[in-house]
Amino acid sequence: MRRAIGVALLVLLVLPGAAARAAPDDLDELLHLLGTRRHGHVDFVEQHFLALLSRPAESSGELFYDAPDRLEKRTLEPRPESLMLAGDVLSVRRGGHSHVLDLKAYPQILPFVASIRATLAGDREALERMFRVEYAGDLERWMLLLVPRESRGAASVSEVRIDGSREHLRHVEIRQTDGDRSLMTLRDHSGP
Amino acid sequence: MTARRARVIAAWLTCIALAAVIVARGRYVSDMSAFLPARPTPVQRLLVDQLREGPASRLILIALERGDVKIRARISVAMARRLRLDREFTGVENGEPVTAERDRDFLFQHRYLLSETVTAQRFSAAGLKAAIAESIAGLASSEGLMLKSLLPRDPTGEMLQIIDQMSRIARPQMQEGVWVSADGERTLLVAQTGAAGSDTDAQELALGAIRDAFAAACLEFPAADTTASEEEEAQSCQVRINLSGPPVFAVAARSKIQHAAVRLSIASSALVVALLLAVYRSPRVLVLGLLPVATGALTGIAVVALGFGAVHGLTLGFGITLIGESVDYSIYFFTQSAIGASSGASPLSWQRRQWPIVRLGMLASVFGFASLLPSGFPGLAQLGAYSVGGLIAAAAVTRFVLPELLPGDIAIRDITPWGSRLEHLLRPVRRMSGAALWGMALAAAGIAALMLYQQRDTLWNRELSSLSPIPLSDQRYDAKLRGDLGQASALDLVVISGPDLESVLRGAERASRKLEPLIDEKVIGGFDSPASYLPSLATQGARRGSLPEHSILRGNLAEATAGLAIRSDQLAPFLDDVESARRGALLTPQDLRGTSLAAGFGALILHQRDRWNALLPLHAADAAAPNIDLARVKQALAGAGSGDTQLLDLKSESDALYRSYLHEAIRMSLAGLAAIVALLWVMLRSPARAARVLAPLVLVVLCVAATLSLCGRQLTILHLVGMLLIVAVGSNYALFFDAPRHADGNDALTLASLSIANVSTVIGFGLLSFSGVPVLEDLGMTVAPGALLALLFAAVLTPSRPRGASCRPQGSDSA
Repeated sequence: MRRAIGVALLVLLVLPGAAARAAPDDLDELLHLLGTRRHGHVDFVEQHFLALLSRPAESSGELFYDAPDRLEKRTLEPRPESLMLAGDVLSVRRGGHSHVLDLKAYPQILPFVASIRATLAGDREALERMFRVEYAGDLERWMLLLVPRESRGAASVSEVRIDGSREHLRHVEIRQTDGDRSLMTLRDHSGP
Repeated sequence: MTARRARVIAAWLTCIALAAVIVARGRYVSDMSAFLPARPTPVQRLLVDQLREGPASRLILIALERGDVKIRARISVAMARRLRLDREFTGVENGEPVTAERDRDFLFQHRYLLSETVTAQRFSAAGLKAAIAESIAGLASSEGLMLKSLLPRDPTGEMLQIIDQMSRIARPQMQEGVWVSADGERTLLVAQTGAAGSDTDAQELALGAIRDAFAAACLEFPAADTTASEEEEAQSCQVRINLSGPPVFAVAARSKIQHAAVRLSIASSALVVALLLAVYRSPRVLVLGLLPVATGALTGIAVVALGFGAVHGLTLGFGITLIGESVDYSIYFFTQSAIGASSGASPLSWQRRQWPIVRLGMLASVFGFASLLPSGFPGLAQLGAYSVGGLIAAAAVTRFVLPELLPGDIAIRDITPWGSRLEHLLRPVRRMSGAALWGMALAAAGIAALMLYQQRDTLWNRELSSLSPIPLSDQRYDAKLRGDLGQASALDLVVISGPDLESVLRGAERASRKLEPLIDEKVIGGFDSPASYLPSLATQGARRGSLPEHSILRGNLAEATAGLAIRSDQLAPFLDDVESARRGALLTPQDLRGTSLAAGFGALILHQRDRWNALLPLHAADAAAPNIDLARVKQALAGAGSGDTQLLDLKSESDALYRSYLHEAIRMSLAGLAAIVALLWVMLRSPARAARVLAPLVLVVLCVAATLSLCGRQLTILHLVGMLLIVAVGSNYALFFDAPRHADGNDALTLASLSIANVSTVIGFGLLSFSGVPVLEDLGMTVAPGALLALLFAAVLTPSRPRGASCRPQGSDSA
């Protein structure tokens, strides 16, 4: 459960604006661009490639972001659920039940939270404390590779890849140490 | 005379020795048992058991306040770690997932016995297909990672189902990894003691252990070096601990009553001793004068110990009240016999003239208190027995022992002049015509009675908590903590009784099925059940029986996985697990050992002698509105089909119990009043005299009750006892005023000795009003003013007065 939430959280958090430094100037620029966003609302489709399954399991829904610290991943298919991060509090709503988790109770999740905070605040230093960051491409078509520095945060996650164009994220891929991975594709919100 | 003296003293000493032995060997209790009926109905017995031993009675709520939230969290963790090692506690929870690992192993291993979704249908090809498809869908959710590792062994998702079953109840908020209040101001822990709530000594030890754990944890986290304000610098830690819950209340109540009883006994004894010393001017006489009191108190306790087996602390607390009346006897004896020695009065003449009056007054009191004896409320019956025994003993010592001990050469201050002055003060009132006085008295009584009648609906406090020695503010704090914990106050329970564990677990399962719809209907927020920790053997057996044989299951699985994104050979571990569950044993309470489930289960099962009770505490749907619509719960349970299922609302049940006590006490007090009327009528041989004696007392009781009610006080059973005491003490006054007066200044002497007795009573009860223990305060604020008024009214109303202007049958005006 804990690990599940950890990964879910990672997806949730890294999404709206992770940044890194390879070419310092470009990274600064990207970071600044992402940091100026106050609000976001996109659709997502997530594919889970698992060794166990002969074909990927798919889920889809919407993501909401409000600066500086409010993020919701609302899965609509195949099984409705909502993960909401506000401040340090993560709430999970599924079926009729709602659980509230305190992030501090899950130290392995903490670095990711801190990293997103740091990113949104433009605090590159804090971000780099948590991840080894590689940056590639240019502002029009960029890619970030985040590798957790500490093993506790990386208990099941080996790396996170995010690519996008300017302030728009396109894909978030999370690779796990056992080889399974999930790929989330983001699109501007369509419909009402 | 000498031989007689020796005989009397020997008999007295023997009685004292006997009483002392009984008192020394007596058993003393200070729990709620005084408030529990002697012959309870089954529901009342449940109530009694719950209050004494139920999970509610063993819960200590711990709040850490002030200081930094991070430090509070670390103290919480350190305290919990230490307390969990303490065998006094069966459970300590602060929100940390301590036993989670072991619990998960247990739940996973026994999932096919514990999961509610295990049915034969679920293991058919169609059932498996649906369940596995659902699990695959789950892989894409936030639970995906956990599911991924479980799926090969648990493709039908029984583990998730069990976790869902276990987490139906709302938990408190978390911060820094531990529970906090909704506003984040308090860090919360809950400790459950192993000892029953009625074991106050053990509860006191447990509270001490918690405070020690806090102090030790505090040392590890000294106050932040910069922020400590001046006055807090001395403290090693800025965090404060607050404890609440029934064990805290029981311990506090006991020590409070003990302290109040001791402190007040000392204070009132000192004051009364000073008063008497001023009057007697002889330490020897003073000591003699206290003999009836001491003998009375000792005898009273001995009588209770003999009659009830155990003496309640509350009864001892009321011991102080006896000083009020029994000290009067010796005051009458000394002031009325020794002082007048020069003018021909003597112990002998006192025995002849005044003793019959004192005896009648004592009998009136005894009649009044004896009316409490048949009470079903042991506290009240004990008080009655204590008073009856004590008063008879004190009066007998005054009459028979004191004259033998009285030295020949005593000199007591002549208090006649003091009496004359009082008489002078009263004269203008006494000069008024009888018709005017009685008219005023009737008018006052009428007004008071009318006021009481108008207040009749709110006159009496009908809640048991009115007797609680716990201040209202503490009760409110407790309610707030419970709200924070989102916890069942354990005040509303469904109780299933039966002859063995299996039958009550089955009953709990039946009740659960009836209660579940109420959660969706928002009637209740949830409920705990022992069967969710350990299902009945019948249920476990049915689940085990629904698991198909290995070969059949293999076939079903192959059929089910066709077309799904998973191959059946990846689910081989599932086949093995089902097979071993099919061949495995059913779970018993022993299997829970080592998991946190054992404590949870144990708290909800009550085993006494040949009875088993399963307890299902109900949680309110909304913490802000803690009252559950019990009528709907009752209605839902009506179909549970078993007479052994009962809905127990601890608060309303205990209030109902108290109400029945109150009504009983009112009836009994009225019966006591009737007995006193009959006694006086017979002994005084005149209804008119009896009326003159009783009128001031009735007037006082009405006035005091009306005044209390006017001051916004709701009357409790203790006020009623206080009124009985007013009648008991006041009847002495009235009888003295009723007695024929003599030409030797007797009226002044009577007035003086009565006023000294009165002052000592007012001191004793006046101090009770400041005890800080609500029950004792009720008593004090009734009796102190009541006794004063009784003397005043009796002095004015009772003396027989001339019908005509000139005729005075027994003239005292010559003095």
